[in-house]
Amino acid sequence: MAVELLKGNVALAEAAIRAGVEAYFGYPITPQTELLEHMAQRMPELGRAFVQAESELAAINMVYGAACAGARAMTSSSSPGISLMQEGFSYIAGSEVPAVVVDIMRGGPGLGNIQPSQADYFQVTRSAGHGDYHPIVLAPASVQEAIDLMVLAFDLADKYRHVVLVVADGLIGQMMEPAELPPMRPLRAERPDWALTGAQGRAPRIITSLELDAPALEEVNNRLQAKLREIREHEQRYAEQMVEDARLVVVGYGTAGRIAQTAVRQARREGMRVGLFRPITLWPFPERRLSRLADRVDAFLVVEMNAGQMLDDVRLAAGGQVPVDFYGRTGGMVPVPEEIYEAISALYRKLPDSARWGE
Amino acid sequence: MMVAETVLEEQVVYARPASLRDVPTHYCPGCTHGVAHRLVAEVLDELGIRERTIGVSPVGCAVFAYKYFNTDGCEAAHGRAPAMATGIKRVRPDMVVFTYQGDGDLAAIGTGEIIHAATRGELFTTIFINNAIYGMTGGQMAPTTLPGQYTSSSPAGRDVETAGFPIRMAEVIAGLPGAAYVARRSLHNVKEIMKAKKAIRTAFKVQLAGLGFSMVELLSACPTNWSMSPPEAMRWIEEAMVPYYPLGDFKVAEGVEALLKER
Ligand SMILES: Cc1ncc(C[n+]2csc(CCOP(=O)(O)OP(=O)(O)O)c2C)c(N)n1
Ligand code: SF4
Repeated sequence: MAVELLKGNVALAEAAIRAGVEAYFGYPITPQTELLEHMAQRMPELGRAFVQAESELAAINMVYGAACAGARAMTSSSSPGISLMQEGFSYIAGSEVPAVVVDIMRGGPGLGNIQPSQADYFQVTRSAGHGDYHPIVLAPASVQEAIDLMVLAFDLADKYRHVVLVVADGLIGQMMEPAELPPMRPLRAERPDWALTGAQGRAPRIITSLELDAPALEEVNNRLQAKLREIREHEQRYAEQMVEDARLVVVGYGTAGRIAQTAVRQARREGMRVGLFRPITLWPFPERRLSRLADRVDAFLVVEMNAGQMLDDVRLAAGGQVPVDFYGRTGGMVPVPEEIYEAISALYRKLPDSARWGE
Repeated sequence: MMVAETVLEEQVVYARPASLRDVPTHYCPGCTHGVAHRLVAEVLDELGIRERTIGVSPVGCAVFAYKYFNTDGCEAAHGRAPAMATGIKRVRPDMVVFTYQGDGDLAAIGTGEIIHAATRGELFTTIFINNAIYGMTGGQMAPTTLPGQYTSSSPAGRDVETAGFPIRMAEVIAGLPGAAYVARRSLHNVKEIMKAKKAIRTAFKVQLAGLGFSMVELLSACPTNWSMSPPEAMRWIEEAMVPYYPLGDFKVAEGVEALLKER
């Protein structure tokens, strides 16, 4: 496969197609619409299912239906549409079928605007609908990574029979970058052994999230939690740079992580021992590595395009061992490297000469 | 004379359809959900499609329909069965797919989903149970509750000034080009039940022939929440519901006529 110039949204769509998505259901919303439009063109061409749904509620429930029938299915949207899909996420998680969702986040709350944002961190990582669970959440920082994570999303969804969200923002969605698409995978020939395929020569199969008996529903929850523990154990992903000797580590994901990288490099040039930690899985949050870093750095600076949401997870991982500072922009404002550099150097100046703050 | 000679050979005149499981249901005495289930099951048997059918259960009293039909099945969120059925049918056009929905499910929270599934001419069948009330949650007003009808959330009777008039869903859906067959029948006596079965049969045949969306609305009894005895409930369907919800075929698209003539 050759490197080509690709727009993020189109790259996500094409990567999903090559990963073997059989059905796409979606509703237009900026800044993800190119993804839907690409699917509208390509899916019928390939003899696969495409439906422009009447709402995001309908779209996610179509995904739910297709998934129950054993198909690799997906939808995509942006923040307000993701709010509407929360009901579906919960049912999908409760009945343990695989589903993949792309969220190209925009500024909120309410209708907000269509500028790049990371304001959905809570709504995607904390629960994604009612109940008591976390979906898997992947956060690319480039078009190439968006492609790679899109393929991974389908594999994780199938492996764990769970909801997987790929979250980016309008910047990644709209940006053109050189990237390489994976080869086309053949569509899965066999349906999974739990899928609804008609009760021919076997007992009927049922897919439901309903269990009226409390002890039995607790059992269901125990099973779900065991699965989530396994995901937590095996799927924490991150990228890091220059953390070996770092006294200050900047933590940012997606676009914010990428902009922070420029600021970190500048700080290095100025002689500051600064590193970058970029979570790739927002859930499971890469807490293991981050708490190991907390053992030896002097401070963390969290950078987000929101008012401080992942900040909670970094604080939990840091476990009170080191101070955790925050720099964020909201409302669709994208920080420039200089402002992050300023935040880095302001915090760095406060670091004590001793290896430990406060010692 | 030997006794054995006088014993007539056994003849099965009534049996459980293979498409219904041999389990007790949770429906109240006199509830016609059970009758509707049986009609659907008989049709699946007669058309020989049980083994390639996927049922989508609603949220409502029929939430456990998947436990009663002897087919593959799933449970939708409240009102979303038509979206789920769309997803299933689009990836498995070779399957027979049906939704089974109450009036709160289909005509209130799921209005958008049913209208657009019908508009797209989705090739599944909807069995719509109109019992003029929310059964499962204990008898609140439904979009189909009759003017003046007492419910726990219209204690003074449905006031059309503030709550509007009940929706005639069959007529609404019939107006959509994607709907191929839309009928309303009632379950209040044997004659009507036989007619209901024929309509259900036609609806599934429409799906099998790929002619478009099909729906049968069934006027159904909820003696529990109507605070009536089962016989009173049957009379109430006939005397109060049928005049507001006329029985008949509201949409017979091209190609369906021939199916109606079949036995
Ligand atoms: C999102 C959501 N809102 C509300 C409910 C509560 N609820 C359960 S069943 C029901 C109404 C069912 O009435 P209907 O569809 O007429 O079916 P019936 O029980 O009469 O057969 C409601 C409001 C729910 N389960 N989910
Ligand atoms: S509450 Fe009404 S609709 Fe529900 S099972 Fe009882 S009689 Fe039937």
